Formats: sequence, structure tokens, C-alpha cells
Amino acid sequence: MAVPDKKPVVATDEFIKGLWRDNPVFVQVLGMCPVLAVTNTAMNAIAMGLATSFVMLMSNTLVSTLRNFIPKQVRIATYILIIATFVTIVDYAIEAISLELHKSLGAFISLIVVNCLILGRAEAFASKHTVRIAVVDALGMGIGFTLALLCLGGVREIFGEGALFGIALFPDGFEPWIVMILPSGGFFTLAGWLLLINYMQQRKERGLAAAEEVTK
Amino acid sequence: MNEQPLWSIFVNAALVNNFVLAYFLGICPFMGVSAKVETATRMGGAVMFVMLVSSMCAYGIHHILIMIGVPFLELIAFIAVIASTVQLVEMFIKKMSPALFRALGIFLPLITTNCAILGLALFQTNKGYGFVQSIFYALGAGAGFTLALVLMAGIREKLELATVPDFVSSTAGALIIAGILSLTFMGFAGLGA
Repeated sequence: MAVPDKKPVVATDEFIKGLWRDNPVFVQVLGMCPVLAVTNTAMNAIAMGLATSFVMLMSNTLVSTLRNFIPKQVRIATYILIIATFVTIVDYAIEAISLELHKSLGAFISLIVVNCLILGRAEAFASKHTVRIAVVDALGMGIGFTLALLCLGGVREIFGEGALFGIALFPDGFEPWIVMILPSGGFFTLAGWLLLINYMQQRKERGLAAAEEVTK
Repeated sequence: MNEQPLWSIFVNAALVNNFVLAYFLGICPFMGVSAKVETATRMGGAVMFVMLVSSMCAYGIHHILIMIGVPFLELIAFIAVIASTVQLVEMFIKKMSPALFRALGIFLPLITTNCAILGLALFQTNKGYGFVQSIFYALGAGAGFTLALVLMAGIREKLELATVPDFVSSTAGALIIAGILSLTFMGFAGLGA
């Protein structure tokens, strides 16, 4: 590293940042493909989130452990191979645990390999920090990612099927909004969450600015 | 062996099950490079080429891996081939058109982590397509990706001139447009099924 990090890295900070301030989905907008593709029910969303978190945890650990041995020129290729190995493990594990789940997630489990979030964390964080911090970072990002997926999957399942985790929420007269289950529903739901978060952020900033005006 | 006719594979991959708008594959470049129609077209071309090459390689690799009995290495082999193909395309474009190379910028190496390409390799294996079928599948998927990217870029170019509330930042706005485009593409359902 050309510029050493002067700030001390506090473990709890690294954990919290993944949950909210740098949330991988809502703030960094990374790893969009699985976010949109498998969040048609809350259950799928959680499974996908956990699988991704596991791969991220393992790859962050390994990359951080090996960070002094991996030559700089081939680091990206090495990271991808490490990630692909763990994804293969997860793929076979899910198939062994629940065939039904494996079927509904389909090729998207294998596609965790190309989730930019995991490669991004390996390159931007794990390759520069100690194992302990890298593990905490992966945990924070993983949980943040899972929560975000759950937010999307929950909304889409509630409106699209009138249920949450397969339990019906509305009386029989409820007409499900088919559009929420369709691909376009994924785009709209994510857009909605982003709008809400941007709006709240702006209101907060405006509030702070106004408070400063008053104190002047 | 899958007996689907070639035209149906092409139409299916390009329109009915458009990789971007129905499978959500390749969303990152879709959001990132879709600000100008010209860049979008070239990016589409590059992706299409990589798809074609990696689809052919994937067909061969799949059969070799099955032959020597190590199907669990498939994912790793696919991603390695895609990464090298991208490297090749990158060197080629850098040599032939430095301007295009600069315009594509970071998104060229990022084709490696473009889910659309790995997705294509995985889907064609799952569906059991033959060699010629795989080529048509890759062409269709590439054409569909380019189409979606160019449409999106066209809309966003127009939208530059419109006034939108400022909390509708570029990403949220782009997602809404993508949702509407995706709804439009639902209209193709039933074609070439």
C-alpha cells in the first residue's frame, strides 16, 4: 500500500458499516443480479443471502490469510478461483440439504461467483487487512446483504402472493399483484427502497443545514 | 440432446427471456454504461463477442470434464476461460481502437464478472444445447443484451433534459426505467416458445 491507513481500524465500526452506512445493496448498489433475480419470496432471499455471506466469509478469510503470498499481477484471477471453489462447495451443500430450494434458486447459486460484491470486498478490503478485521467485515457485509435481500423479498412476497414465508396474510378477497413476482417487480421494488432511502437522507441533510442556519 | 429449432433459440434468448430484463444478468454494465447510445452499442458488441467465444469454449469444456469425470470443476473452468477471453478482447481493442478502449474504461475488465456471460455458459449446459445451438444461443443473448443496453441509453439520453426531483438519483431513476422496459418485454412472451 502506498498510503498507510492512519486511522485505527475498530472492529465494531467495520461490522456496523456493512449493516447501514455502506450497506452493499442500498448504498453501494453492488451485486444486483441475485438481489433482483431470487427475491421473489422471502425464503429464497434468506437462502441466497446466507449462501453469499458464507462464500464472502470464507473468501475474505482466505484472501486475507494469503495476502502476502499472492503476486500482485495475478491477484484478481486468484481471488476468482478462491471464490469459485467455495461457491462450488455451497452449490453441492444446498443440493444435499434441500433439492427444492436448489431448484428454485437454480443457476443463481453458481452465479454467486460473479457477484461483484464478493470480489469487491476481497480486492478492496481483505487484501489489505488482517484476518480478524477481514472476518468482521465479511460478517457485517454479509448480514447487511441478507437483510437487504429480505427487505426486497418480503415486500415482493407480501404484495405478489399475499403471504410471508408461505403464511397467508390477507383475507381471501385479496387479489395478488402479479407484477411484483414478475421481473419488473424486482426493478420497481428496489427502485422504491432506493427512493425512500435517498429521500430520508436528503431530509436529514436539509434538517442539519436548517439547524445550522438557526444557530448562526 | 435438445431438439429446439435454431430460430426459436435465438428469439427466445434475445426477446422472450432477455438476459437483462427477464433474468437480471449483467445489471452492473447495464446501469453503468447506458448513459450514451454510442458507448452502449460498443459495449454490446464487446459482450456479444465474448459471449460467442466463451459459449463455444464452454461447450468443449463441459464435454471434456464429463469425459474425465470431474463435473464439479465446471464452474472454475468456465470462469477461467471467460477471464482469459476478456483479456484477449481487451488487448485486441486496445490495439485496434484506443478511443473505444478509453470510452469503455473500467467496464471492459468488468466483463469478466458480468453474470450474463457465466450465466450463458451455465444455461446452455443445463439445457443440453448442441454446438450450433449454443452458438445461436450466444448470438441471441448478445443481441438481446445489446438491444436492452441501447434502448436504455436512448431513454436516458432523452431524460437528461427532463427535470426530476433530485432524490430520484441516477440509480433509482434508472431502475424504474428498467422496470418499465422489462414490463414491455413481457409482451414478447409466447413468441418462439
